[in-house]
Amino acid sequence: MAKSAYEVKLSQFEGPLDLLLHLVQKNEMDIQDIQIATITAQYLEHLKHMEAQNIDVASDFLLMAATLLYLKSRTLLPVSRVEVEQDEGVDPEEELKQRLLEYQRYKEGAQKLEQFPRLFRDVFPRPPLALDEVDSAASSEVQPQIDISVYDLVRAFSAVMRLKQAPPVHRINGGGISVTLGVRLLLQQLHGQERVSFQRCFTAATTRLEVVVQFVAMLELIRLQLLSFEQHSHGGMVYMYPSERIRNGCYADIEHMLDLKEPLDD
Amino acid sequence: MINLKAAVEAVLFSCDSALSMTKLEQIFEVDQEELRRALQQLQHECQQEGRGVVLQEVAGGFQLRTRPEYAQWIMQLKRTRNMNLSRAATETLAIIAYRQPVTRAEVEALRSVDSGGIVRTLLEKDLVRVAGKKDAPGRPIIYATSTRFLEVFGLNSLEDLPSLRDFRTDELEFESEMNFEPEKGGQQ
Repeated sequence: MAKSAYEVKLSQFEGPLDLLLHLVQKNEMDIQDIQIATITAQYLEHLKHMEAQNIDVASDFLLMAATLLYLKSRTLLPVSRVEVEQDEGVDPEEELKQRLLEYQRYKEGAQKLEQFPRLFRDVFPRPPLALDEVDSAASSEVQPQIDISVYDLVRAFSAVMRLKQAPPVHRINGGGISVTLGVRLLLQQLHGQERVSFQRCFTAATTRLEVVVQFVAMLELIRLQLLSFEQHSHGGMVYMYPSERIRNGCYADIEHMLDLKEPLDD
Repeated sequence: MINLKAAVEAVLFSCDSALSMTKLEQIFEVDQEELRRALQQLQHECQQEGRGVVLQEVAGGFQLRTRPEYAQWIMQLKRTRNMNLSRAATETLAIIAYRQPVTRAEVEALRSVDSGGIVRTLLEKDLVRVAGKKDAPGRPIIYATSTRFLEVFGLNSLEDLPSLRDFRTDELEFESEMNFEPEKGGQQ
């Protein structure tokens, strides 16, 4: 999980509302008639305890402390009826109660979700078949567009990277790895094709470095709309669709669009 | 005449993803009613005969899955992906699931803590997806749960999510009746 300065774990509490809810439950109070004075005292006590342990008290916790102190001060001050009636907007105490109730609701929801039999924790399906084995979505019928994001492309890329493990031998590279090479490798696979599966695009690549360069080339071609991609089922194959320019081998055009230093067909 | 139930079982066994009714219909070229009967029979058999796998309806499809009680042995194979979620992640996921489509700011307002890192983790685990941008100042990204989420939690659709307590009803009366949580009393 991403670590950031403000995401410090404060004992077992996820946030000020979590701590507050814990205190309310510990005191066997009802959220609807929460005793602000008691809760505030215990809340501040807890913050002190955290400071004593040299835990940086996050600003969210301090903000809640301020809110609680404000609510407590309100209960101590005599309030005239006129003032109450004139008081516009939401009662802050009522607002806090609503937030607590709402938070409690989702916390319970999370607990229920936690108990559901979970895939890859409690229940297991068959593991996926090797990527080259079956091309399950190979039928060319048009299926409804499903959500596909850059995450799907990244996932497909990592799958190819897993297959192309680093070779066991050391090799001195004579250089010459360039985007041009990547484009060249990619075009070999795409030339004359209507569509090619993402995995198959990388058959010509022999090293991981070539796969990387080819992926960069692929992204570049996508950016220039020389190549598009589709996925027909969730988590399924990603297919690359070369544009007419690629299919017809208009390499001069592509060289120009990519601003390549070397010619593509040598 | 093929044994449709056995044939369906074979197909489901060989497939690594849930198969929709439409897909099964294409494969067997029989009508849905007949397929449904075969599926029900299969489901019933898995239940009755105490098999290691059950037929489950997830994310609008059918899939053979192992029984939860055998998880510890499957773990021995050590080839499974980790689907553990921290408490904070489960909480955030629950909020997104129940409130979707929802912005990060809305999630954070409910949890009272920064949730950016957790939302990112959920995105990476493919449990949550970007559902677009809200038509509000700053056009914030809105999040929703993915099909993967349904698969992972074994839900057929979002309607299968357990209902949340409705706190807007008279809480006092309600509370006494809703004394179903054992951990509430035991919490120190």
